[in-house]
Amino acid sequence: MKTRKFLLTGVGGQGTILASNVLAELGIALGYDTKKAEVHGMSQRGGSVVSHVSWGEQVFSPVIPDGEADILISFEKLEAIRFVGGIQPDAIVLINDYEIIPITVSSGGGEYPSNEEIKSAFAPVTENVYWVKGVAIAEELGNAKVANVVLLGALSNILEIDAKTWLDVIVARVPPKFVELNRKAFQAGREAV
Amino acid sequence: MTEKLAKRLLSGNEALARGAWEAGVEVASGYPGTPSTEILENLAKMPGVYAEWAPNEKVALDVAIGAAYAGKRAIATMKHVGVNVAADSLFYAASTGAEAGLVIIVADDPSMHSSQNEQDTRNYAKFVRIPCLDPADSQDAKDMMLAAFELSEKFDTPVLMRPTTRICHTDSLVETGPDRYQQPELGKYPRNHAKYVMVPANARRRHPVVEERLEKLTRFAETCTLNRVEMRGKKLGIIANGVAYQYAREVFPEASVLKLGMSYPLPPKKIRDFAAQMDKVIVLEELDPFIEEQVLLMGIDLYKPDRGDAGAYPHFKSIFPITGELDPKIVRANAVSAGLLPNEAGAKPKTSIAPQADKGIPLILQENLPNRPPVLCPGCPHRSSFYILKKLKRPINGDIGCYTLGFVPPLSAMDTCGCMGASMGVAHGAAVAGDSERHIAVIGDSTFFHTGVQALMNVAYNGSNVITIIMDNRITSMTGQQENPASGKTLQGGVANEVDIEALVRAVGIKTVKRVEAYDVDAIESTLKEWLKIDEPAVLITDHACALMPEERKKYLPLEVVEEDCNGCTLCFRIGCPAIIKSDKVDEKSQRPLAEIDPLLCTGCEICSQVCPRDAILFREDVLKLRMV
Repeated sequence: MKTRKFLLTGVGGQGTILASNVLAELGIALGYDTKKAEVHGMSQRGGSVVSHVSWGEQVFSPVIPDGEADILISFEKLEAIRFVGGIQPDAIVLINDYEIIPITVSSGGGEYPSNEEIKSAFAPVTENVYWVKGVAIAEELGNAKVANVVLLGALSNILEIDAKTWLDVIVARVPPKFVELNRKAFQAGREAV
Repeated sequence: MTEKLAKRLLSGNEALARGAWEAGVEVASGYPGTPSTEILENLAKMPGVYAEWAPNEKVALDVAIGAAYAGKRAIATMKHVGVNVAADSLFYAASTGAEAGLVIIVADDPSMHSSQNEQDTRNYAKFVRIPCLDPADSQDAKDMMLAAFELSEKFDTPVLMRPTTRICHTDSLVETGPDRYQQPELGKYPRNHAKYVMVPANARRRHPVVEERLEKLTRFAETCTLNRVEMRGKKLGIIANGVAYQYAREVFPEASVLKLGMSYPLPPKKIRDFAAQMDKVIVLEELDPFIEEQVLLMGIDLYKPDRGDAGAYPHFKSIFPITGELDPKIVRANAVSAGLLPNEAGAKPKTSIAPQADKGIPLILQENLPNRPPVLCPGCPHRSSFYILKKLKRPINGDIGCYTLGFVPPLSAMDTCGCMGASMGVAHGAAVAGDSERHIAVIGDSTFFHTGVQALMNVAYNGSNVITIIMDNRITSMTGQQENPASGKTLQGGVANEVDIEALVRAVGIKTVKRVEAYDVDAIESTLKEWLKIDEPAVLITDHACALMPEERKKYLPLEVVEEDCNGCTLCFRIGCPAIIKSDKVDEKSQRPLAEIDPLLCTGCEICSQVCPRDAILFREDVLKLRMV
């Protein structure tokens, strides 16, 4: 069993914590010792958020130090680039091709980076960068909120972990009336990479 | 009561709640504060528990003490700064003890993810002379709650439980116990004056009892299972505590570890025996050198790196940083610079490496990367007040809550913020000092109840001309919408009395009081401008429920910009609403980008509609009409 360290980043309100809960439960389902660390409170108010999920034989530190994450999943583009220093060489990076303009940009101070700039920031560290239009796919399915599940679907394919184990965990976490939507979102994500 | 549960993922806060439940806790009181809030929220849902939000931490602790005096196991929960508010009660409880177990859970926040300071609450244990337990993961958190109650009852002492952010908000596997401790029925309320009436004559007799208790606790610490030696190699021995224990295991897999589950009082013999077997001994702990100093005072030799002049301060934290959270990388880097680990990376830092404030970004990117600070939410009813306050250019004394974010650009409308309830006192201080500018204090409903009302009483009593804005959104929002005395609901969902803030303000002696709709920009502006002309204290209550409340969410209606009418004047950008973004289109004349509204974020609060000088942002009514067509 390979130890996996996931960083999940995004903007408060995007479902980052929910996705990290799924990853943590998945780690348990796969038989790993698992820890999940996050920060609540002030950062939830539209600020940057980050969750750390670690799977392994025995996990000690709840926090993944800079430069040690194997996998970065970012639900927002700017928040992907912000954590480029968090990953190790050749890490897997999964980016939701979606931007939420921070107040610092809309009020006139600073430019939002282009996709090219984001790509060039990751290029020296890793080539394993995957882009998924999570929000667009979720909107096609009728609910932008399941973009996080679309990304989890994509991740399941990249990590080559079978869909059933993931879906069991996801289904157990969502209210019955949203199960079908989440299944579809997961499948769409699986097909997107 | 029996409940079977398998091993499962629990956050530290969930585990603390579970542990309290298994320990038979029947009364719990607290005040919300990150990272402690979810302890009480989780416990409140469990059967056979009375749990409440108190107006502040001191009241919460008095309630827990009262329940324990009456004979029921009780807890009080709070964040680290809350214990400063509750400290008076902590001291008397340490003197009196109680009839049943009493545990105070105080969650520290190293690195200040959501706090105004980085205090190390273990110091209170030493100050007050009560035991302090420091869990290292969720399993510890659950188990230590049970141990804490046994300790509390065995030694007739309050016990401090001190998790940190990385314990509270980390999920790890927990094996829960099947049973809940059954408490005896309440007996007759104690009439033991010598123990419970802390007048000087009695308190003088209690002080030696407290000191003798500490001695007994120290003996207990020598043998209790909370402090555990994990023997591996003899080259390096690490005395570790709390989450730092995890970093010790990860970074030094070969080292022996003395895990101190109880950071106060320490077991001198156990530490001495451990140290005697090791070639080198170090202490690995977050924040203050709390253990390190005590170990040095025991005369035990700790490994001290030769750093020349660097590291002379702080004197007793010789290897690891005194500020900020640790993580394996920081521990490793400092161990390398102290000569404890081989230098694999090549660089050899000379001083303690403190964690970076903004982690993970290469400097070259960091400089160009726009920050994403927390901001007032779209639709926040506080926004209109800060927009006006910025225009008025008066000094603004702020307070702790969501509205502290009024200081963030572009609103930039706050000049001080220290702790809960400080705003009005600080404003009053400036006024009586003779500051020529008129001071405006800003405080939320929950903070007003917490420690604000006394300061307003002082403004009224001693007659300064401070203007206060009470931003009343009927909930404690920053910590995630906890009920408070204005909410009309209790923690456990019961119907509650709602404090009439206006009547309360009048009752303390403020004569000029007005309540306005919080979204009404003109009403706020005209009222404040009028009050700036009169020389007396005044209180404006801005009234609207937090935009995140379920009832408010039902009313969301995204507004629209009429492109032909917008000339890109940027005024609406200056209210700092995340829902207002720059359009790709520009005004032909000025070449400035037009405003655009993100329909996924906009709630339809109409603050921007009111601010727009060209009526280019539609009000709700017009949006609805447009959609009817």
